[in-house]
Amino acid sequence: MTDTLERETVTTGRSGRSGRAADRSAARVTRRRRRSLSGNDNLVGYLFVAPQVLGIVAFVLLPLVLIVYYSFHEWNVLANTFRFVGTENVERLFSDPKVAPVLGATGIFSVGLVIGNLSIALLLAVLLNRKARAITLFRTLFFSPVVVSLVAWTIVWGFLLQDDGGINGLLQLVGVEGPNWLREGPTAMLSVIVVQVFKNVGLNMILFLSALQGVPKEITEAAAIDGAGPFRTFGRITLPLISPMILLTTIITIVGSLQVFAQIAVLTQGGPGISTTVLVYYLFQQAFEFHRFGYGSTLALVLFVIVLILTVVQWQLRKRWVHYEN
Amino acid sequence: MRMSAMKLSATAALAVSALVLSGCAAGASDDDTPVSLRMTVWTSNEDQLALFDEIADAYIADHPEVKSITFDPLDFESYTTTLTTQLAGGNPPDMAWVLENAAPDFVSSGALVPLDETLEATKGYDLDDLSPSATELWTDGDGQLAAYPFSTSPFVVFANDDLLAAAGQPTAAQLQADGRWNWESISEVGSAVNATTGKAGFVVRDFDYTQWDYLSTVWGGWGAEPWSKDGATCTMDSPEMVDAFTFLHDAAFTAKSMPGPGTAADFFAGEAAFTVTQISRASLLGESGIQNWELAPLPEGPDGDYSIVGQAGVGALAQAEHPEQSAEFIAYFTNPENSAKLAQYFPPARTSQLDAATLSAANPVLTEEQLGDIVVPAIENGEVRPSHTGSAEIQQEVRSALDALWVADADVEGTLGDVCAAIDPLLEQ
Repeated sequence: MTDTLERETVTTGRSGRSGRAADRSAARVTRRRRRSLSGNDNLVGYLFVAPQVLGIVAFVLLPLVLIVYYSFHEWNVLANTFRFVGTENVERLFSDPKVAPVLGATGIFSVGLVIGNLSIALLLAVLLNRKARAITLFRTLFFSPVVVSLVAWTIVWGFLLQDDGGINGLLQLVGVEGPNWLREGPTAMLSVIVVQVFKNVGLNMILFLSALQGVPKEITEAAAIDGAGPFRTFGRITLPLISPMILLTTIITIVGSLQVFAQIAVLTQGGPGISTTVLVYYLFQQAFEFHRFGYGSTLALVLFVIVLILTVVQWQLRKRWVHYEN
Repeated sequence: MRMSAMKLSATAALAVSALVLSGCAAGASDDDTPVSLRMTVWTSNEDQLALFDEIADAYIADHPEVKSITFDPLDFESYTTTLTTQLAGGNPPDMAWVLENAAPDFVSSGALVPLDETLEATKGYDLDDLSPSATELWTDGDGQLAAYPFSTSPFVVFANDDLLAAAGQPTAAQLQADGRWNWESISEVGSAVNATTGKAGFVVRDFDYTQWDYLSTVWGGWGAEPWSKDGATCTMDSPEMVDAFTFLHDAAFTAKSMPGPGTAADFFAGEAAFTVTQISRASLLGESGIQNWELAPLPEGPDGDYSIVGQAGVGALAQAEHPEQSAEFIAYFTNPENSAKLAQYFPPARTSQLDAATLSAANPVLTEEQLGDIVVPAIENGEVRPSHTGSAEIQQEVRSALDALWVADADVEGTLGDVCAAIDPLLEQ
């Protein structure tokens, strides 16, 4: 559209002084029109991004500002009192004997989930990255838990993991007496991790699959001609080429693992003891069950700082191992 | 175009302002405008909700200042959390049911408006008809009634005679006739039922190895209490409590008369011989498929007979917009006439209605004899389930510490000592 206007301006050119004045005048009109059109384009752009920006402001930035504000206050919702307490909540954070085990449980869950999810997702993607009959069916099967309701998925697993549930029933068939999965510390955490891995492994599998399909065949074929075996080719050629996707899935999975809540609430309620009480569940308890919204906000800030640090660290480290960034 | 953009921005700003202002206007209270009231409840039973609607419709017909009254069912498991979240979100209900374990927090914090004045001013209300023991939990430090205890439901034992017969064990009636209606016999019979049928012996419903306060229906037989009368000292490690938990531990791990942790057994699905539960669960018997069942009081413990009741109150939220209208509706909702109607689901706190004939008229499942012999004495003599300020945190701390007890080789006394170490600081607050 701008091009058309320029052509119109050129065809209206005149000779002589009056012509130059007319040209300048026309140029000014053109510039004004360009600015107007540019403004018009900007406005349309702003309108397109407005819903997203409004959503981020309302549900991310504003709450972030508010939790900083709340963390300096104590809010008793029953008594309807709201008072400034300064750094009292921060002091409480450092003296709370549960914070260390809660952070420990959060770390164990995150590490277990990231390792389990990414390795199984990559394995599945490699296995399903081939032309074979019914391959689409298998891809759909492995992806289907992603679209199942999280709570429904967790409730079903809760039944399976009961002492007299389906998992132990299967183990009994082969003569093994299974543990009481959700009632013993180590197996409870393992169970929660496994349930979450199976829930979302399909998403990362699809992402890895798309990355694997983007690896040029001529490179792997050249490696094969040079005598590289499949494992060497995968380790030296394929993995570096899909490293940007590994970075993306790692960041997404780590951030997601730090936000786990429903699985804990449904399966273990943080127990046995506090062995599966992760940070989000602990802040939920403090804020919504014990009515300590100020302290809950302080814990939310801790979570925000952890996510921020991990993301920044990964972003910085990408230069060392992500192929396209070198 | 720049002008247009500015105009557009100005129009948008005006529109937003108008929306905000109209929102403020809509939220403002006007004395002459009919109000809408909302009560949060934890029942989603259609018959019960229909009864509430019937009472509300009759009230609205005589009270033009009230436009509508809605009953908002919330999930029972997360009821108090959801209610407090609504308060925090600036969307408090006008009225709310409150569970007995949350009562001390709601009553002591001033979250509920005092009802005495409104109830006393209501014609024919007869506030003195409420028994002092029923209102004790709901009375604030100034002696004001913060919520009306609309349900005083005793814990009882239901026995599945079909299953007991199949296991070749005596029925509940036979046990009572033989003078063996005690926890020791229940565990013996339950153990035999489990050994012969694979089904559970006895189940403390809703305990599920997390809601430990339901075990008050057992440890009451040992004369145990979780904390001192003034609530300041933990007594979870008392000898009586140690004995009670030793019995429970043996029942779960040695006698196998009680399902162990992580094992589900629903009495009303025919999966257990006995269950301890509230009388209001009798409504589940109709669909249970159990042909022959019995109702019995809580079994005797080493300390003798005892009764435990669960309570629920209804109050008007001070933070809501229409506390006065809410208090007036509560006065109508719980007046003698409506209390009698509600009695079919919720045993009343009114002494004049606490007789077998009145309860029987409203309750089709239980006989007048069962109500007179078991339910009425249990309500009259029952002790309310344990409650304390900061109950949610105490509940969590005890649950967490008690997890160590629900393993085969547990140190009962040591674990209960750890429970006290965990909650003593909370009780002192």
